[in-house]
Amino acid sequence: MVHLSWYLTVSAMLFCIGVFGFLTRRNIIMMLLSIELMLNSVNLNLAAMSHYMEDIRGQVLVFFIIAVAAAEAAIGLGIVVTLFRNYRSVYTEDITILKG
Amino acid sequence: MVQLLFFYFALVVIGLGLRIVTCKNPVHSVLLMLLLFFHMAGLYLLLNAEFLAAVQVIVYAGAILVLYLFVLFLVNLREEIKMSPFVQKGKWAGLVAALALLITFLRGVFNFTLGPHGQYTIEKVQQITHTKAMGEAIYTTYILPFEIAGLILLVAVIGGLALAKKEDKGA
Repeated sequence: MVHLSWYLTVSAMLFCIGVFGFLTRRNIIMMLLSIELMLNSVNLNLAAMSHYMEDIRGQVLVFFIIAVAAAEAAIGLGIVVTLFRNYRSVYTEDITILKG
Repeated sequence: MVQLLFFYFALVVIGLGLRIVTCKNPVHSVLLMLLLFFHMAGLYLLLNAEFLAAVQVIVYAGAILVLYLFVLFLVNLREEIKMSPFVQKGKWAGLVAALALLITFLRGVFNFTLGPHGQYTIEKVQQITHTKAMGEAIYTTYILPFEIAGLILLVAVIGGLALAKKEDKGA
C-alpha cells in the first residue's frame, strides 16, 4: 500500500526543484522548463489527491492544467524567440531594460 | 510490487529533476525532461489514471518538448556550455528559498488529513473505465471550463503567431 503522503512528498520535492531552477538558471528557456517541472508536480499532487479521495474532480483539473501548460509553453517560447531576435541573447543578465 | 514500482518512479523523477536544473547543456536537460515525463506517466498509472498517463505522454512528451527543442535549436547556444548555468548573484539565495519552501511543504504534508470521500471509488472507475469517467465529468459538469480551455488554446495559437511573426519594415 502506497500512502498518500509519499506522493505528496515526491510532489513537494519536485516543486522545490522547479523553484530552485527558476530562481537560479540564467537561460530563460531553462526557466520555462523549470515552470513545466512545477506544473508537473502540481499535477501529480492533484492526481494523487483525486485517487485517494475517490473523486474525479482533481483529475479533471489536471486535464485543464495540461491544456494551460501547452498554451503557456507556446506563448513563453514565442516571447523567447522575439527576445533573441531583438537582443541576440536569452540570458537574464542581458535583459535589463527595466533598470533604466 | 506496487511499492517497488512507486519507489523506482519516485526516485527517478527526483533524480532527473535535480539533474535537469543543474545540467549545463540545455539540450541534455530537455531530453532528460522527456525521460522524466515518461516516469511521471508511470506514476499516473499507479494512481489508476491511465487517461492522464496517455495525455501526459502525448501532450507533454510529444508536443511541448518538441517545441522546446525547436526553440533551443533556433537560439544560439554555442557559448552556453562554457559558462556557468546559474546566475552570478543570488544562486545561494535561490537554494535557501527552495529548501525553506520544501520544509514548509513537508510540515503541511505530514499534518494532512483527508476530507470526506467522493463517489468515484476505484471499483467504479475500473468498471466504467477511467476515460469514460473523466469524459462524463468533463462534458457535463465541467463543460464551461472545457470551452474556456479551448479558448485559451486559441489565444495561444494567435499569440504565438503574432509574437513569432517578423515585423514589417515600415510598421
